[in-house]
Amino acid sequence: MTDRETSGSITIQRFKRWLANASWHALCLPVAASCLFPLIWMVSSSLKTQQTVFTDHRLIPSPPHVQNYVTAWTRGHFGIYFLNSLLYSSIVVLGVVSLAALAAYAFSRFTFKGSGFLYRLLLSTMLIPIPGAFVALYILLNQLGLIDQGSGEWLPRLGYLLPQINGGLPFGIFILKPFFDKVPKELEESAEVDGCGVLGVFWHIMLPLARPALGVVALLTALSAWNEFLLAYLVFSRHELMPLQRGLLAFHGAHLTEYPLLMAGMVISILPIVAIYLVMQRNIIQGITAGALKG
Amino acid sequence: MPSSIKAGSVKPYLFLLPAFLLFATFSIYPFYLLTKTSLLSWDGISPNPPFIGLQNYAQIFTHDPVFWRSFTQAGYITLLALTLQNAVALCLAIAVNRKLLWGAAYRTIFFLPPILSEIVVGLIWFWIYDGNYGIFNELLTHLGLGAWTRSWLADPKTALTAVAVVHMWKGFGWGFVMFLAGLQTIPEELYEAARVDGANAWLRFRHITLPLLLPVCIMVSILTILGTMQIFALIIAMTGGGPGYHTEVPITRIFQSMLGSSQFGYACAQGIVFGLILLTVSLVQMRLQRRTA
Repeated sequence: MTDRETSGSITIQRFKRWLANASWHALCLPVAASCLFPLIWMVSSSLKTQQTVFTDHRLIPSPPHVQNYVTAWTRGHFGIYFLNSLLYSSIVVLGVVSLAALAAYAFSRFTFKGSGFLYRLLLSTMLIPIPGAFVALYILLNQLGLIDQGSGEWLPRLGYLLPQINGGLPFGIFILKPFFDKVPKELEESAEVDGCGVLGVFWHIMLPLARPALGVVALLTALSAWNEFLLAYLVFSRHELMPLQRGLLAFHGAHLTEYPLLMAGMVISILPIVAIYLVMQRNIIQGITAGALKG
Repeated sequence: MPSSIKAGSVKPYLFLLPAFLLFATFSIYPFYLLTKTSLLSWDGISPNPPFIGLQNYAQIFTHDPVFWRSFTQAGYITLLALTLQNAVALCLAIAVNRKLLWGAAYRTIFFLPPILSEIVVGLIWFWIYDGNYGIFNELLTHLGLGAWTRSWLADPKTALTAVAVVHMWKGFGWGFVMFLAGLQTIPEELYEAARVDGANAWLRFRHITLPLLLPVCIMVSILTILGTMQIFALIIAMTGGGPGYHTEVPITRIFQSMLGSSQFGYACAQGIVFGLILLTVSLVQMRLQRRTA
């Protein structure tokens, strides 16, 4: 074989590989563009005025009307919605992480009467769809006085928080129990010899070891709490209690064509999760795939 | 032996107590409440609603065409999601799994829509689809397709498909990461051995990728069906079920029975019928999965 023939076949091979890669990009690039465009268009529309938004089709409006964000935050109530969402998500995360960790530890370390049945019962709620459950939940919350009827502040907030904490428990336990299972028992035994009680072992040894798994649970719980809508739709009727998702719909219903302000409110609403996503995407994606594929 | 596993200890129950109290109150009790209320004729207020046996159920099966139509419509979206959305997701996963240049960037971008809320996604597209000033119509006009422009979400002919497109836009990235995770568990040596044996790309896909990915495919299908049939917030943000009944789905109907016409017993019965149908579907698919595993 001459040199020329070898280099010729290498060139052909290279060209083939280049062609294959190019065709995969030809598939991926348009999809990526279609993912990004609506988001870019949202940001772009949020920077136009009520007059220009319908006629100015530029992606980057000049001058950008940043005032929309201030107006949305104050007059559009988005400041209140944002703080409510922050409050609700924090409490739900705290509740789910702590209660799921306690329960997962019990399932992992103690064998007691009915533990297997209880564990399966908890996890079954992740797989069995009960689409009508929200009707019963509404009736229950109503009986307990936890539906927003125009007075009282903390009862409706509680009505929004408790079912969400409950909803996050199965996933949290499901992620945490296998993690506790892997921690060698000797660690706890030696701690107990040193005089640690069960709670002490849990707090000083198990929780620090489980930090990565706790992080995944916290992250995914925060994501779903921030995006929660149905329960907020059921529970709240007053603006000052609404989280962002409910508030966005309320704003849209009341100001049907005020797109710049609506889009500004939406950008405000997605900023925290997009930021968290960009930093923690590996953990988020791993947590989501683990939750679905192992189940 | 550590004190923690002594027989008869109350400690495990104390650890479980808070979780179990919530679970009993907000998962188990509502399940009972749902079943009980479905046998009542209740407006949500009166203290002593009459017991009417299975009449609510009978009415669902004989006098509620809109409810069944909402199934067909959610089924239409589900069918599109199962085929088109998951096919695209699989192709993209295969592409990114080839250690493509910018693969990490693609992954980041494809999974962006799934982390956004349905309300945000619905409202963005509501504006894009706007009949008078939406950028979608503007784009069509620029491409010389001005005759196609319309109010996409208000036109009975296009509303359901327009919603389905948005649902798939939001959902494909989720299937993509599932497939990608599945693909990454397939050992590279298998492909190399097949290549040595002279198997071309199609044969390798057909005899290595597909069979090993089948469990993931089934899981993704189950979750796609369950997720899409229960579509709700996206509909509320975009159409509210209209125009007419053209984008009604089961959950919007149940909502309508409950808060729209204050028929709580009927809404519960609808929820149970819908739940049983979904349960049947997922049980069938789980059996399929067990057979392939």
